[in-house]
Amino acid sequence: MLHDIFINPFVDMASAPDFFVQLIWEGFVAGTLYALIALGFVLIYKASGVFNFAQGIMVVFAALTMVGLHALGIPAWIALFLTLGVMAILAIGIERVVLRPLVGQHDAILLMATIGLTLFLKGVGETVFGGEPKSMITEELGLPTGVTDFDILGGLVSLQHLDIAAVVIASLMVIALAIFFSKTRIGRALRAVADDHNAALSVGISLNQIWAIVWFAAGVVALVTGIMWGARSDVSFALEIIAFKALAVLILGGFTSIPGAIVGGLIIGIGEKLAEVYWGGLVGGGVEAWFAYVLALIFLLFRPQGLFGEKIIERV
Amino acid sequence: MNAHDSKIHGMDLSSGRNDGIAQGDELLKVENVTLRFGGVTAIEDISFNILKGEVRAIIGPNGAGKTSMLNVINGFYHPQEGSITFRGEKRSRMRPYEAAASGIARTFQNVALFTGMSTLDNIMSGRSLKMKQNFLTQMFYFGPARNEEIEHRRRVEEIIDFLEIAHIRRQPVGKLPYGLQKRVELGRALALEPDLLLLDEPMAGMNLEEKEDMSRFIIDVNRQFGTTIALIEHDMGVVMDLADRVVVLDYGKKIADGEPAEVQSSQEVIDAYLGVPH
Repeated sequence: MLHDIFINPFVDMASAPDFFVQLIWEGFVAGTLYALIALGFVLIYKASGVFNFAQGIMVVFAALTMVGLHALGIPAWIALFLTLGVMAILAIGIERVVLRPLVGQHDAILLMATIGLTLFLKGVGETVFGGEPKSMITEELGLPTGVTDFDILGGLVSLQHLDIAAVVIASLMVIALAIFFSKTRIGRALRAVADDHNAALSVGISLNQIWAIVWFAAGVVALVTGIMWGARSDVSFALEIIAFKALAVLILGGFTSIPGAIVGGLIIGIGEKLAEVYWGGLVGGGVEAWFAYVLALIFLLFRPQGLFGEKIIERV
Repeated sequence: MNAHDSKIHGMDLSSGRNDGIAQGDELLKVENVTLRFGGVTAIEDISFNILKGEVRAIIGPNGAGKTSMLNVINGFYHPQEGSITFRGEKRSRMRPYEAAASGIARTFQNVALFTGMSTLDNIMSGRSLKMKQNFLTQMFYFGPARNEEIEHRRRVEEIIDFLEIAHIRRQPVGKLPYGLQKRVELGRALALEPDLLLLDEPMAGMNLEEKEDMSRFIIDVNRQFGTTIALIEHDMGVVMDLADRVVVLDYGKKIADGEPAEVQSSQEVIDAYLGVPH
Protein backbone atom coordinates (compact mmCIF):
# COMPACT_ATOMS: atom_id res chain seq x y z
CA MET A 1 0.00 0.00 0.00
CA LEU A 2 2.71 2.48 1.04
CA HIS A 3 4.61 1.32 -2.00
CA ASP A 4 1.64 2.29 -4.17
CA ILE A 5 1.49 5.75 -2.64
CA PHE A 6 5.13 6.74 -2.35
CA ILE A 7 7.04 4.76 -4.93
CA ASN A 8 4.98 3.49 -7.85
CA PRO A 9 3.61 6.85 -9.05
CA PHE A 10 7.09 8.29 -9.33
CA VAL A 11 8.33 5.22 -11.15
CA ASP A 12 5.46 5.72 -13.59
CA MET A 13 6.37 9.36 -14.05
CA ALA A 14 9.99 8.53 -14.78
CA SER A 15 9.20 5.69 -17.15
CA ALA A 16 7.00 7.81 -19.44
CA PRO A 17 8.39 11.35 -19.24
CA ASP A 18 6.61 12.50 -22.41
CA PHE A 19 3.25 11.63 -20.88
CA PHE A 20 4.26 13.36 -17.66
CA VAL A 21 5.14 16.56 -19.55
CA GLN A 22 1.85 16.35 -21.44
CA LEU A 23 -0.04 16.15 -18.15
CA ILE A 24 1.84 19.09 -16.66
CA TRP A 25 0.99 21.16 -19.72
CA GLU A 26 -2.70 20.30 -19.54
CA GLY A 27 -2.75 21.03 -15.84
CA PHE A 28 -0.97 24.30 -16.52
CA VAL A 29 -3.60 25.39 -19.06
CA ALA A 30 -6.49 24.47 -16.77
CA GLY A 31 -4.68 26.20 -13.92
CA THR A 32 -4.31 29.38 -15.95
CA LEU A 33 -8.04 29.51 -16.49
CA TYR A 34 -8.79 28.81 -12.81
CA ALA A 35 -6.41 31.64 -12.03
CA LEU A 36 -8.32 33.97 -14.35
CA ILE A 37 -11.61 33.31 -12.59
CA ALA A 38 -9.92 33.75 -9.23
CA LEU A 39 -8.48 37.03 -10.47
CA GLY A 40 -11.99 38.32 -11.05
CA PHE A 41 -12.82 37.57 -7.42
CA VAL A 42 -9.60 39.14 -6.13
CA LEU A 43 -10.15 42.41 -8.05
CA ILE A 44 -13.53 43.01 -6.49
CA TYR A 45 -12.55 41.76 -3.06
CA LYS A 46 -9.49 44.00 -2.90
CA ALA A 47 -11.32 47.14 -3.90
CA SER A 48 -14.57 46.77 -2.05
CA GLY A 49 -14.21 43.97 0.46
CA VAL A 50 -17.14 42.26 -1.25
CA PHE A 51 -16.87 38.57 -1.89
CA ASN A 52 -18.52 38.44 -5.29
CA PHE A 53 -20.33 35.15 -5.47
CA ALA A 54 -21.60 36.13 -8.93
CA GLN A 55 -18.17 35.98 -10.61
CA GLY A 56 -18.85 32.45 -11.92
CA ILE A 57 -22.18 33.35 -13.44
CA MET A 58 -20.64 36.50 -14.91
CA VAL A 59 -18.31 34.23 -16.88
CA VAL A 60 -21.27 32.31 -18.25
CA PHE A 61 -23.31 35.43 -18.84
CA ALA A 62 -20.52 37.17 -20.77
CA ALA A 63 -19.86 34.15 -22.97
CA LEU A 64 -23.58 33.60 -23.62
CA THR A 65 -24.07 37.25 -24.52
CA MET A 66 -21.29 37.11 -27.06
CA VAL A 67 -22.43 33.85 -28.63
CA GLY A 68 -26.03 35.06 -28.58
CA LEU A 69 -25.15 38.34 -30.33
CA HIS A 70 -23.20 36.46 -32.97
CA ALA A 71 -26.18 34.16 -33.53
CA LEU A 72 -28.18 37.26 -34.43
CA GLY A 73 -25.88 37.74 -37.38
CA ILE A 74 -23.48 40.24 -35.82
CA PRO A 75 -19.83 39.69 -36.82
CA ALA A 76 -17.72 38.09 -34.12
CA TRP A 77 -15.45 41.05 -33.38
CA ILE A 78 -18.32 43.49 -33.15
CA ALA A 79 -20.13 41.02 -30.90
CA LEU A 80 -17.03 41.01 -28.70
CA PHE A 81 -17.07 44.78 -28.33
CA LEU A 82 -20.82 44.88 -27.80
CA THR A 83 -20.38 42.31 -25.05
CA LEU A 84 -17.77 44.55 -23.43
CA GLY A 85 -20.40 47.29 -23.53
CA VAL A 86 -22.95 45.00 -21.90
CA MET A 87 -20.44 44.18 -19.14
CA ALA A 88 -19.83 47.91 -18.60
CA ILE A 89 -23.56 48.58 -18.28
CA LEU A 90 -23.85 45.61 -15.95
CA ALA A 91 -21.02 46.98 -13.79
CA ILE A 92 -22.60 50.42 -13.52
CA GLY A 93 -25.98 48.85 -12.84
CA ILE A 94 -24.61 46.63 -10.07
CA GLU A 95 -22.91 49.61 -8.45
CA ARG A 96 -26.10 51.73 -8.54
CA VAL A 97 -28.68 49.12 -7.65
CA VAL A 98 -26.85 46.61 -5.47
CA LEU A 99 -23.77 48.18 -3.87
CA ARG A 100 -24.65 51.82 -3.34
CA PRO A 101 -27.70 51.21 -1.14
CA LEU A 102 -25.70 48.71 0.92
CA VAL A 103 -22.64 50.87 1.66
CA GLY A 104 -21.42 50.32 5.19
CA GLN A 105 -23.46 47.17 5.70
CA HIS A 106 -21.98 44.00 7.13
CA ASP A 107 -19.87 41.87 4.75
CA ALA A 108 -22.30 38.99 5.06
CA ILE A 109 -25.10 41.17 3.74
CA LEU A 110 -23.04 42.13 0.72
CA LEU A 111 -22.24 38.48 0.12
CA MET A 112 -25.95 37.66 0.22
CA ALA A 113 -26.57 40.45 -2.26
CA THR A 114 -24.11 38.91 -4.69
CA ILE A 115 -25.80 35.52 -4.27
CA GLY A 116 -29.02 37.28 -5.23
CA LEU A 117 -27.21 38.76 -8.19
CA THR A 118 -26.10 35.26 -9.20
CA LEU A 119 -29.67 34.01 -9.27
CA PHE A 120 -30.80 37.10 -11.14
CA LEU A 121 -28.14 36.78 -13.86
CA LYS A 122 -28.87 33.08 -14.18
CA GLY A 123 -32.56 33.78 -14.63
CA VAL A 124 -31.98 36.53 -17.17
CA GLY A 125 -29.43 34.41 -19.03
CA GLU A 126 -31.74 31.42 -19.27
CA THR A 127 -34.70 33.58 -20.34
CA VAL A 128 -32.83 35.43 -23.04
CA PHE A 129 -30.44 32.81 -24.37
CA GLY A 130 -32.13 29.54 -23.36
CA GLY A 131 -30.67 26.82 -21.19
CA GLU A 132 -29.11 24.53 -23.79
CA PRO A 133 -25.32 24.49 -24.31
CA LYS A 134 -23.91 26.47 -27.22
CA SER A 135 -20.59 26.24 -28.94
CA MET A 136 -18.14 29.08 -28.71
CA ILE A 137 -17.43 31.01 -31.91
CA THR A 138 -13.77 30.05 -31.75
CA GLU A 139 -12.84 30.32 -35.41
CA GLU A 140 -14.85 33.47 -36.04
CA LEU A 141 -12.82 35.20 -33.35
CA GLY A 142 -9.64 34.15 -35.10
CA LEU A 143 -8.47 31.85 -32.31
CA PRO A 144 -6.15 29.11 -33.59
CA THR A 145 -7.40 25.53 -33.60
CA GLY A 146 -4.61 23.23 -34.76
CA VAL A 147 -2.25 20.96 -32.85
CA THR A 148 1.53 20.93 -32.77
CA ASP A 149 3.33 17.74 -31.81
CA PHE A 150 6.75 17.79 -30.26
CA ASP A 151 8.83 14.69 -30.63
CA ILE A 152 10.67 14.80 -27.32
CA LEU A 153 11.55 12.57 -24.40
CA GLY A 154 10.98 9.46 -26.47
CA GLY A 155 7.38 10.22 -27.25
CA LEU A 156 4.97 12.83 -28.52
CA VAL A 157 3.88 15.87 -26.55
CA SER A 158 1.04 17.60 -28.33
CA LEU A 159 0.04 21.18 -27.66
CA GLN A 160 -3.36 22.45 -28.76
CA HIS A 161 -2.95 25.86 -30.37
CA LEU A 162 -6.05 27.01 -28.55
CA ASP A 163 -4.40 26.15 -25.23
CA ILE A 164 -1.30 28.09 -26.18
CA ALA A 165 -3.48 31.06 -27.11
CA ALA A 166 -5.30 30.79 -23.78
CA VAL A 167 -2.06 30.90 -21.83
CA VAL A 168 -0.70 33.81 -23.88
CA ILE A 169 -3.89 35.86 -23.60
CA ALA A 170 -4.20 35.17 -19.89
CA SER A 171 -0.59 36.21 -19.31
CA LEU A 172 -1.00 39.41 -21.31
CA MET A 173 -4.11 40.26 -19.35
CA VAL A 174 -2.41 39.71 -16.00
CA ILE A 175 0.53 41.89 -17.08
CA ALA A 176 -1.82 44.61 -18.31
CA LEU A 177 -3.74 44.56 -15.02
CA ALA A 178 -0.51 44.67 -13.04
CA ILE A 179 0.67 47.78 -14.92
CA PHE A 180 -2.74 49.38 -14.64
CA PHE A 181 -2.81 48.80 -10.89
CA SER A 182 0.69 50.04 -10.17
CA LYS A 183 1.23 52.90 -12.61
CA THR A 184 -1.96 54.81 -13.17
CA ARG A 185 -4.11 57.19 -11.19
CA ILE A 186 -7.09 54.87 -11.33
CA GLY A 187 -4.97 51.92 -10.31
CA ARG A 188 -3.68 53.90 -7.36
CA ALA A 189 -7.20 54.95 -6.48
CA LEU A 190 -8.28 51.31 -6.56
CA ARG A 191 -5.55 50.36 -4.13
CA ALA A 192 -6.35 53.37 -2.01
CA VAL A 193 -9.99 52.34 -1.74
CA ALA A 194 -8.90 48.81 -0.90
CA ASP A 195 -6.72 50.10 1.94
CA ASP A 196 -8.90 52.70 3.62
CA HIS A 197 -12.33 53.92 2.50
CA ASN A 198 -12.38 57.12 4.54
CA ALA A 199 -8.87 58.17 3.63
CA ALA A 200 -9.69 57.54 -0.04
CA LEU A 201 -12.79 59.71 0.23
CA SER A 202 -10.80 62.47 1.92
CA VAL A 203 -8.47 62.82 -1.05
CA GLY A 204 -11.42 63.10 -3.38
CA ILE A 205 -11.67 59.56 -4.74
CA SER A 206 -15.23 58.69 -5.65
CA LEU A 207 -16.08 55.24 -4.32
CA ASN A 208 -18.95 54.89 -6.77
CA GLN A 209 -16.76 55.45 -9.77
CA ILE A 210 -14.06 53.11 -8.51
CA TRP A 211 -16.52 50.33 -7.78
CA ALA A 212 -18.05 50.58 -11.25
CA ILE A 213 -14.57 50.37 -12.78
CA VAL A 214 -13.62 47.37 -10.66
CA TRP A 215 -16.78 45.51 -11.57
CA PHE A 216 -16.18 46.31 -15.19
CA ALA A 217 -12.60 45.02 -14.96
CA ALA A 218 -13.96 41.84 -13.35
CA GLY A 219 -16.49 41.67 -16.19
CA VAL A 220 -13.72 41.85 -18.78
CA VAL A 221 -11.81 39.11 -16.99
CA ALA A 222 -15.06 37.10 -16.95
CA LEU A 223 -15.53 37.56 -20.69
CA VAL A 224 -12.01 36.39 -21.53
CA THR A 225 -12.39 33.42 -19.21
CA GLY A 226 -15.76 32.62 -20.75
CA ILE A 227 -14.33 32.64 -24.27
CA MET A 228 -11.43 30.40 -23.32
CA TRP A 229 -13.41 27.86 -21.30
CA GLY A 230 -16.20 27.98 -23.85
CA ALA A 231 -13.76 27.15 -26.62
CA ARG A 232 -12.48 24.12 -24.70
CA SER A 233 -15.89 22.74 -23.85
CA ASP A 234 -19.22 24.40 -24.53
CA VAL A 235 -20.86 27.55 -23.32
CA SER A 236 -23.41 26.42 -20.77
CA PHE A 237 -24.45 27.07 -17.22
CA ALA A 238 -22.29 24.12 -16.19
CA LEU A 239 -19.33 26.50 -16.53
CA GLU A 240 -20.48 28.00 -13.29
CA ILE A 241 -19.22 24.89 -11.48
CA ILE A 242 -15.69 25.78 -12.50
CA ALA A 243 -16.07 29.00 -10.58
CA PHE A 244 -16.35 26.94 -7.40
CA LYS A 245 -12.88 25.59 -8.07
CA ALA A 246 -11.76 29.19 -8.15
CA LEU A 247 -12.89 29.40 -4.51
CA ALA A 248 -10.33 26.74 -3.66
CA VAL A 249 -7.76 28.71 -5.64
CA LEU A 250 -8.56 31.77 -3.56
CA ILE A 251 -8.13 29.90 -0.31
CA LEU A 252 -4.73 28.70 -1.49
CA GLY A 253 -3.57 32.02 -2.84
CA GLY A 254 -5.15 34.42 -0.39
CA PHE A 255 -8.15 36.59 -1.15
CA THR A 256 -6.23 39.80 -1.68
CA SER A 257 -3.29 38.67 -3.75
CA ILE A 258 -3.08 38.68 -7.54
CA PRO A 259 0.14 36.63 -7.59
CA GLY A 260 -1.61 34.33 -5.13
CA ALA A 261 -4.49 33.78 -7.54
CA ILE A 262 -2.05 32.83 -10.28
CA VAL A 263 0.11 30.49 -8.22
CA GLY A 264 -2.95 28.97 -6.54
CA GLY A 265 -4.57 28.36 -9.92
CA LEU A 266 -1.49 26.63 -11.28
CA ILE A 267 -1.00 24.46 -8.18
CA ILE A 268 -4.59 23.25 -8.36
CA GLY A 269 -4.62 22.84 -12.14
CA ILE A 270 -1.43 20.77 -12.24
CA GLY A 271 -2.00 19.07 -8.89
CA GLU A 272 -5.41 17.69 -9.78
CA LYS A 273 -4.20 16.30 -13.10
CA LEU A 274 -1.24 14.50 -11.53
CA ALA A 275 -3.30 13.27 -8.59
CA GLU A 276 -5.94 11.88 -10.93
CA VAL A 277 -3.55 9.99 -13.16
CA TYR A 278 -0.93 8.71 -10.72
CA TRP A 279 -2.85 8.33 -7.49
CA GLY A 280 -6.42 8.10 -8.75
CA GLY A 281 -6.29 4.32 -9.07
CA LEU A 282 -5.86 3.94 -5.33
CA VAL A 283 -9.23 5.45 -4.54
CA GLY A 284 -11.08 4.39 -7.65
CA GLY A 285 -10.57 7.59 -9.67
CA GLY A 286 -12.54 10.82 -9.69
CA VAL A 287 -9.79 12.66 -7.84
CA GLU A 288 -9.94 15.61 -10.22
CA ALA A 289 -13.41 16.49 -8.97
CA TRP A 290 -12.48 16.90 -5.31
CA PHE A 291 -8.72 17.45 -5.20
CA ALA A 292 -9.04 21.25 -5.15
CA TYR A 293 -11.48 21.26 -2.25
CA VAL A 294 -9.49 18.87 -0.07
CA LEU A 295 -6.38 20.95 -0.65
CA ALA A 296 -8.36 24.06 0.28
CA LEU A 297 -9.57 22.34 3.44
CA ILE A 298 -6.01 21.53 4.46
CA PHE A 299 -5.03 25.14 3.88
CA LEU A 300 -7.95 26.38 5.95
CA LEU A 301 -6.72 24.25 8.81
CA PHE A 302 -3.06 25.20 8.70
CA ARG A 303 -2.69 28.46 6.81
CA PRO A 304 -6.04 30.22 6.60
CA GLN A 305 -4.62 33.42 5.11
CA GLY A 306 -3.36 31.45 2.09
CA LEU A 307 0.08 31.43 0.53
CA PHE A 308 0.21 35.14 -0.23
CA GLY A 309 -2.61 36.55 1.84
CA GLU A 310 -2.10 39.27 4.37
CA LYS A 311 -1.75 38.04 7.90
CA ILE A 312 -4.55 39.55 9.85
CA ILE A 313 -3.02 41.58 12.62
CA GLU A 314 -5.17 44.14 14.36
CA ARG A 315 -3.41 46.86 16.27
CA VAL A 316 -5.12 47.39 19.60
CA MET B 1 1.14 85.03 5.76
CA ASN B 2 2.29 87.17 2.89
CA ALA B 3 1.20 85.96 -0.50
CA HIS B 4 4.60 86.54 -2.07
CA ASP B 5 6.22 84.20 0.41
CA SER B 6 4.42 81.31 -1.20
CA LYS B 7 7.08 80.98 -3.89
CA ILE B 8 9.84 79.82 -1.58
CA HIS B 9 11.64 76.72 -2.94
CA GLY B 10 10.19 77.69 -6.31
CA MET B 11 7.05 75.84 -5.36
CA ASP B 12 3.55 77.05 -4.86
CA LEU B 13 1.08 74.82 -3.14
CA SER B 14 -1.57 77.44 -2.59
CA SER B 15 -4.69 76.40 -4.39
CA GLY B 16 -4.47 79.26 -6.83
CA ARG B 17 -8.23 79.54 -6.91
CA ASN B 18 -9.23 83.08 -7.54
CA ASP B 19 -12.53 83.32 -5.78
CA GLY B 20 -12.41 86.86 -4.49
CA ILE B 21 -11.83 85.82 -0.90
CA ALA B 22 -9.05 88.00 0.47
CA GLN B 23 -6.81 87.24 3.44
CA GLY B 24 -8.80 87.69 6.60
CA ASP B 25 -12.20 87.24 4.92
CA GLU B 26 -14.52 84.49 6.00
CA LEU B 27 -13.53 81.23 4.27
CA LEU B 28 -15.81 78.85 6.14
CA LYS B 29 -18.88 79.51 8.22
CA VAL B 30 -20.53 76.92 10.42
CA GLU B 31 -24.07 77.93 11.36
CA ASN B 32 -26.20 76.34 14.05
CA VAL B 33 -24.98 72.84 13.30
CA THR B 34 -26.56 70.01 15.26
CA LEU B 35 -25.49 66.40 14.77
CA ARG B 36 -27.20 63.45 16.42
CA PHE B 37 -26.50 59.73 16.38
CA GLY B 38 -29.81 58.18 17.34
CA GLY B 39 -30.53 59.61 20.77
CA VAL B 40 -27.02 60.93 21.35
CA THR B 41 -26.33 64.53 20.45
CA ALA B 42 -22.70 64.81 19.39
CA ILE B 43 -22.83 68.46 18.40
CA GLU B 44 -25.46 70.91 19.52
CA ASP B 45 -26.18 74.19 17.81
CA ILE B 46 -22.60 75.17 17.09
CA SER B 47 -21.66 78.25 15.07
CA PHE B 48 -18.20 79.61 14.32
CA ASN B 49 -16.18 80.74 11.36
CA ILE B 50 -12.71 80.29 9.91
CA LEU B 51 -10.96 83.22 8.25
CA LYS B 52 -8.78 82.85 5.22
CA GLY B 53 -5.12 82.51 6.12
CA GLU B 54 -5.56 81.85 9.83
CA VAL B 55 -4.75 78.87 12.01
CA ARG B 56 -7.90 77.98 13.87
CA ALA B 57 -7.74 75.50 16.73
CA ILE B 58 -10.65 73.41 17.94
CA ILE B 59 -10.04 72.19 21.46
CA GLY B 60 -12.00 70.52 24.22
CA PRO B 61 -11.97 67.49 26.54
CA ASN B 62 -12.43 63.95 25.19
CA GLY B 63 -15.84 63.38 23.69
CA ALA B 64 -16.48 67.09 23.23
CA GLY B 65 -17.37 66.60 19.56
CA LYS B 66 -14.18 67.95 17.97
CA THR B 67 -13.64 65.13 15.50
CA SER B 68 -17.37 65.04 14.74
CA MET B 69 -17.09 68.71 13.86
CA LEU B 70 -14.28 68.03 11.38
CA ASN B 71 -16.25 65.13 9.95
CA VAL B 72 -19.17 67.46 9.36
CA ILE B 73 -16.95 70.00 7.62
CA ASN B 74 -15.48 67.49 5.20
CA GLY B 75 -18.73 65.69 4.56
CA PHE B 76 -18.30 62.38 6.39
CA TYR B 77 -21.24 63.25 8.63
CA HIS B 78 -24.37 65.07 7.61
CA PRO B 79 -25.76 67.30 10.32
CA GLN B 80 -29.50 67.16 11.07
CA GLU B 81 -29.68 70.91 11.42
CA GLY B 82 -27.63 73.89 10.36
CA SER B 83 -25.45 74.62 7.39
CA ILE B 84 -21.85 75.02 6.28
CA THR B 85 -20.79 77.83 3.98
CA PHE B 86 -17.46 77.27 2.27
CA ARG B 87 -16.05 79.86 -0.12
CA GLY B 88 -19.44 81.51 -0.30
CA GLU B 89 -21.29 78.34 -1.16
CA LYS B 90 -23.85 77.27 1.40
CA ARG B 91 -24.78 73.62 1.84
CA SER B 92 -26.31 71.39 4.42
CA ARG B 93 -25.03 68.13 3.01
CA MET B 94 -21.85 67.59 1.15
CA ARG B 95 -20.22 64.35 0.11
CA PRO B 96 -16.57 63.81 1.11
CA TYR B 97 -15.27 63.79 -2.41
CA GLU B 98 -17.15 66.99 -3.19
CA ALA B 99 -15.51 68.55 -0.16
CA ALA B 100 -12.12 67.42 -1.46
CA ALA B 101 -12.92 68.76 -4.92
CA SER B 102 -13.92 72.15 -3.54
CA GLY B 103 -10.62 72.47 -1.65
CA ILE B 104 -10.88 70.83 1.77
CA ALA B 105 -8.17 68.33 2.69
CA ARG B 106 -7.70 66.55 5.98
CA THR B 107 -5.66 64.19 8.09
CA PHE B 108 -7.00 61.70 10.61
CA GLN B 109 -6.64 61.18 14.33
CA ASN B 110 -5.46 57.60 13.88
CA VAL B 111 -3.31 57.87 10.81
CA ALA B 112 -5.32 56.68 7.82
CA LEU B 113 -2.72 55.96 5.15
CA PHE B 114 -2.82 53.44 2.34
CA THR B 115 -0.53 51.07 4.19
CA GLY B 116 0.29 48.81 1.25
CA MET B 117 1.62 51.68 -0.84
CA SER B 118 4.89 53.57 -0.79
CA THR B 119 5.24 57.11 0.53
CA LEU B 120 5.36 58.35 -3.03
CA ASP B 121 2.15 56.56 -4.07
CA ASN B 122 0.34 57.73 -0.96
CA ILE B 123 1.11 61.33 -1.76
CA MET B 124 0.41 60.77 -5.44
CA SER B 125 -3.05 59.55 -4.50
CA GLY B 126 -3.67 63.05 -3.19
CA ARG B 127 -3.33 64.26 -6.77
CA SER B 128 -6.26 62.10 -7.93
CA LEU B 129 -8.56 65.06 -8.41
CA LYS B 130 -5.99 67.06 -10.32
CA MET B 131 -5.44 64.37 -12.91
CA LYS B 132 -7.70 64.59 -15.89
CA GLN B 133 -6.82 61.65 -18.10
CA ASN B 134 -9.70 59.25 -18.52
CA PHE B 135 -10.14 55.58 -17.91
CA LEU B 136 -9.21 54.44 -21.41
CA THR B 137 -5.92 56.30 -21.82
CA GLN B 138 -5.07 55.29 -18.26
CA MET B 139 -5.84 51.69 -19.12
CA PHE B 140 -3.19 51.71 -21.81
CA TYR B 141 -0.88 54.14 -20.00
CA PHE B 142 0.45 55.94 -23.04
CA GLY B 143 0.95 59.44 -24.39
CA PRO B 144 -0.97 62.07 -22.46
CA ALA B 145 -1.64 59.80 -19.49
CA ARG B 146 2.06 59.23 -19.08
CA ASN B 147 3.03 62.90 -19.42
CA GLU B 148 0.39 63.86 -16.91
CA GLU B 149 1.76 61.27 -14.50
CA ILE B 150 5.23 62.76 -14.82
CA GLU B 151 4.02 66.34 -14.27
CA HIS B 152 2.22 65.38 -11.07
CA ARG B 153 5.14 63.34 -9.94
CA ARG B 154 7.22 66.56 -10.00
CA ARG B 155 4.78 68.35 -7.69
CA VAL B 156 4.81 65.38 -5.36
CA GLU B 157 8.60 65.37 -5.21
CA GLU B 158 8.43 69.01 -4.15
CA ILE B 159 6.14 68.12 -1.29
CA ILE B 160 8.43 65.27 -0.31
CA ASP B 161 11.40 67.67 -0.19
CA PHE B 162 9.40 70.19 1.78
CA LEU B 163 8.46 67.62 4.43
CA GLU B 164 11.98 66.17 4.48
CA ILE B 165 10.86 62.64 3.77
CA ALA B 166 12.93 61.98 0.64
CA HIS B 167 14.73 59.09 2.35
CA ILE B 168 11.52 57.09 2.79
CA ARG B 169 10.13 57.85 -0.66
CA ARG B 170 10.01 54.21 -1.77
CA GLN B 171 9.18 52.53 1.52
CA PRO B 172 5.76 51.06 2.19
CA VAL B 173 4.21 53.39 4.76
CA GLY B 174 2.83 50.59 6.93
CA LYS B 175 6.34 49.92 8.25
CA LEU B 176 7.27 53.53 9.02
CA PRO B 177 7.43 54.90 12.56
CA TYR B 178 4.33 56.74 13.68
CA GLY B 179 5.80 60.23 13.51
CA LEU B 180 6.81 59.77 9.89
CA GLN B 181 3.43 58.29 9.02
CA LYS B 182 1.80 61.46 10.29
CA ARG B 183 4.13 63.45 8.09
CA VAL B 184 3.29 61.37 5.01
CA GLU B 185 -0.38 61.88 5.78
CA LEU B 186 0.19 65.65 5.90
CA GLY B 187 1.96 65.34 2.54
CA ARG B 188 -1.00 63.56 1.03
CA ALA B 189 -3.33 66.30 2.22
CA LEU B 190 -0.97 68.98 0.85
CA ALA B 191 -0.96 67.25 -2.54
CA LEU B 192 -4.59 68.34 -2.90
CA GLU B 193 -3.40 71.96 -2.77
CA PRO B 194 -6.25 72.72 -0.40
CA ASP B 195 -7.78 76.05 0.59
CA LEU B 196 -8.64 74.62 3.97
CA LEU B 197 -6.55 71.99 5.69
CA LEU B 198 -8.17 70.07 8.55
CA LEU B 199 -5.72 68.42 10.95
CA ASP B 200 -7.12 66.00 13.50
CA GLU B 201 -4.59 65.83 16.34
CA PRO B 202 -1.51 66.15 14.15
CA MET B 203 0.78 65.64 17.14
CA ALA B 204 -0.98 62.90 19.04
CA GLY B 205 1.39 60.19 20.21
CA MET B 206 4.53 62.05 19.17
CA ASN B 207 7.65 62.71 21.19
CA LEU B 208 8.87 66.24 21.80
CA GLU B 209 11.22 66.34 18.83
CA GLU B 210 8.56 65.05 16.44
CA LYS B 211 6.11 67.60 17.81
CA GLU B 212 8.55 70.41 17.16
CA ASP B 213 9.08 69.21 13.59
CA MET B 214 5.36 68.97 12.98
CA SER B 215 4.73 72.44 14.45
CA ARG B 216 7.36 73.83 12.14
CA PHE B 217 5.71 72.20 9.10
CA ILE B 218 2.29 73.49 10.09
CA ILE B 219 3.60 77.02 10.47
CA ASP B 220 5.46 76.78 7.14
CA VAL B 221 2.40 75.50 5.31
CA ASN B 222 0.38 78.36 6.72
CA ARG B 223 2.96 81.09 6.13
CA GLN B 224 4.48 79.98 2.86
CA PHE B 225 1.45 78.72 1.02
CA GLY B 226 -1.15 80.81 2.76
CA THR B 227 -3.17 77.68 3.49
CA THR B 228 -5.91 78.11 6.05
CA ILE B 229 -5.65 75.49 8.78
CA ALA B 230 -8.16 74.14 11.28
CA LEU B 231 -6.59 71.82 13.82
CA ILE B 232 -7.67 69.76 16.76
CA GLU B 233 -5.01 69.44 19.43
CA HIS B 234 -4.73 68.37 23.03
CA ASP B 235 -1.35 69.84 23.80
CA MET B 236 -2.26 73.29 25.09
CA GLY B 237 1.28 74.58 24.64
CA VAL B 238 1.12 73.74 20.95
CA VAL B 239 -2.32 75.33 20.56
CA MET B 240 -1.23 78.56 22.24
CA ASP B 241 1.83 78.76 20.00
CA LEU B 242 0.22 77.89 16.68
CA ALA B 243 -3.33 79.13 16.75
CA ASP B 244 -4.56 82.57 15.80
CA ARG B 245 -7.99 81.85 17.25
CA VAL B 246 -9.43 79.02 19.30
CA VAL B 247 -12.90 77.56 19.60
CA VAL B 248 -13.58 75.43 22.68
CA LEU B 249 -16.15 72.64 22.72
CA ASP B 250 -17.48 70.73 25.70
CA TYR B 251 -20.16 68.03 25.56
CA GLY B 252 -21.00 69.07 22.01
CA LYS B 253 -21.54 72.72 22.87
CA LYS B 254 -19.38 75.73 22.18
CA ILE B 255 -18.20 77.25 25.45
CA ALA B 256 -15.63 79.77 24.25
CA ASP B 257 -14.31 81.34 21.08
CA GLY B 258 -11.49 83.83 20.70
CA GLU B 259 -7.77 84.43 20.82
CA PRO B 260 -5.69 81.90 22.76
CA ALA B 261 -5.01 84.14 25.75
CA GLU B 262 -8.65 85.16 25.98
CA VAL B 263 -9.86 81.56 25.87
CA GLN B 264 -7.27 80.39 28.35
CA SER B 265 -8.49 82.76 31.00
CA SER B 266 -12.17 81.92 30.53
CA GLN B 267 -13.60 80.39 33.71
CA GLU B 268 -15.86 78.05 31.75
CA VAL B 269 -12.90 76.60 29.84
CA ILE B 270 -10.92 76.07 33.03
CA ASP B 271 -13.92 74.31 34.56
CA ALA B 272 -14.37 72.09 31.53
CA TYR B 273 -10.75 70.99 31.60
CA LEU B 274 -10.26 70.66 35.34
CA GLY B 275 -13.78 69.74 36.33
CA VAL B 276 -15.93 71.60 38.85
CA PRO B 277 -17.50 70.24 41.99
CA HIS B 278 -21.26 69.96 41.48
